[in-house]
Amino acid sequence: MIARQLDENPAGIHLPLDPLPGHSSRGRLERVLRRGEFAVTTELNPPDSADPEDVYNRAKIFDGWVDAINAVDASGANCHMSSVGICALLTRMGYAPIMQIACRDRNRIAIQGDVLGGAAMGVANMLCLTGDGVQAGDQPGAKPVFDLDCMSLLETCRIMRDNGKFLSGRKLTTPPQIFLGAAINPFAPPYDFRPHRLGKKIAAGAQFVQSQYCFDVPMFRTYMQKVRDLGYHEKCFILCGVGPLASAKTAKWIRSNVPGIHIPDAVIKRLEGAQDQKKEGKQLCIDIINEVKEIPGVSGVHVMAYRQEEYVAEIVDESGVLKGRQPWKREIRRDDQLVANRLDHILHDEITETQVDMVKTAH
Amino acid sequence: MSEKQPAVTQATLVKKAAPKSDYKPADVSPQRRVQRSFAVRLWSVRHSRLLEWFYSRFADAFLLLHPLWKGIGYGRVEAPIKFVEKRVKGFMFDCRMCGQCVLSSTGMSCPMNCPKQLRNGPCGGVRANGNCEVEPDMPCVWVKAWEGSRNMVHGDKILDVQKPVDQSLRETSAWLRVTAQAAAAREAAQKPQNNGASA
Repeated sequence: MIARQLDENPAGIHLPLDPLPGHSSRGRLERVLRRGEFAVTTELNPPDSADPEDVYNRAKIFDGWVDAINAVDASGANCHMSSVGICALLTRMGYAPIMQIACRDRNRIAIQGDVLGGAAMGVANMLCLTGDGVQAGDQPGAKPVFDLDCMSLLETCRIMRDNGKFLSGRKLTTPPQIFLGAAINPFAPPYDFRPHRLGKKIAAGAQFVQSQYCFDVPMFRTYMQKVRDLGYHEKCFILCGVGPLASAKTAKWIRSNVPGIHIPDAVIKRLEGAQDQKKEGKQLCIDIINEVKEIPGVSGVHVMAYRQEEYVAEIVDESGVLKGRQPWKREIRRDDQLVANRLDHILHDEITETQVDMVKTAH
Repeated sequence: MSEKQPAVTQATLVKKAAPKSDYKPADVSPQRRVQRSFAVRLWSVRHSRLLEWFYSRFADAFLLLHPLWKGIGYGRVEAPIKFVEKRVKGFMFDCRMCGQCVLSSTGMSCPMNCPKQLRNGPCGGVRANGNCEVEPDMPCVWVKAWEGSRNMVHGDKILDVQKPVDQSLRETSAWLRVTAQAAAAREAAQKPQNNGASA
């Protein structure tokens, strides 16, 4: 008999967990964080296809290495499969997705509907974002919506969850049980406002935050010092964003073309000096993880390995952040095994039953 | 899987593929085409303390005139007041007439000039030089707001979480709304005292 995994509903992997006191969601990520374990989250590269297998294959390489998977909402304003769609597929398979909601594409009516729909599908974590401007993506002629901003979106979700009401005050029959997240970017000006902005997000409802790519650890350390002085690290879980750089050329490209990512010259120099730049990029990511995990107040890492998803497992393994813990992994359960043993033959035997035959055998 | 980032952004490719013609409008957002210069807007932020002082006097004066507005009828004075408000605030702050002014909470830098119309602080895309992600030559509205708020007495109001914009209030007078609300609050505050005195 296979032992049941920690944080898995015995009645089925796709079902929410039992509610725990003090928890606002019934998901795994909140449990991991509240137990004080170092959490690892990652990002699923959204497919440009209508094939569910694409999502499943991309999620499979994270099995047993991450606590939650971000389902991005048209990141960089590029069109991809929607985060709601990805979440629908992932929850079916028992994964713990973090549904990203960007304010760029939908107004408050659509967003509140998606929050309810997502929560009904079993999404336990939602990440409220403003979203990149439409000029950055593949459809610069689109109408930028930005009806809410990340802060009012957080507040809207919190009101829906805690007060059981829409923004308009209309009542919900069942409020969504969600763990609310937000994004932080300590690496963009105005630097001295950034910690206060985290405080605003906490006031609006953020329970965990994921940071933008961190390549400048001293800068992150200064930010965290300020956050600790203000006491915000006790009110919310801070996950530091990290990721491997493929080469010095990519790093330079990202620096000049992707808004909000700060890459110091030292990083580029280190990559340029390496024999195998890709390997060095991975090593750099591991080194950064090892540095940030020691910073007090950091509760986890968010590994963003865009188009290098196969490295996530290696990065998590080699940095040793899990300390021997194994996050949830899809495993064959006892009843699956039973079903397989009993009914395996229907997969292989050529049984052609006609209705006439069925009637005969019934008599 | 090999990591091949394109040398140009997707947006550039899309732009290049667009049909060519002789008419080439300025390569900025439609919002930005309305307003080209930031000189006055930046002056207002630099003098946020002065404007804060002036604004509070001005609000008091408007509140004193409440009986007058009420006498004429708020509905009737709206058109002329809105005409003046739109032009004055448009000149000073590049006002967008959202009808729910938060200038005093945002260091006298109008948040509606942000291409994402953020009302709660800067997005994560601010460039290292403090300019906007969408408009590379425009100083970020929120970087300026933070600078402006540091000069102000009640600058910490920038830390309050603002409600989402009520789009149904666009193109209405924020001055009259604030005055009417302040008058109503004053009356509500006076009522229990009167009741207490009579009882």
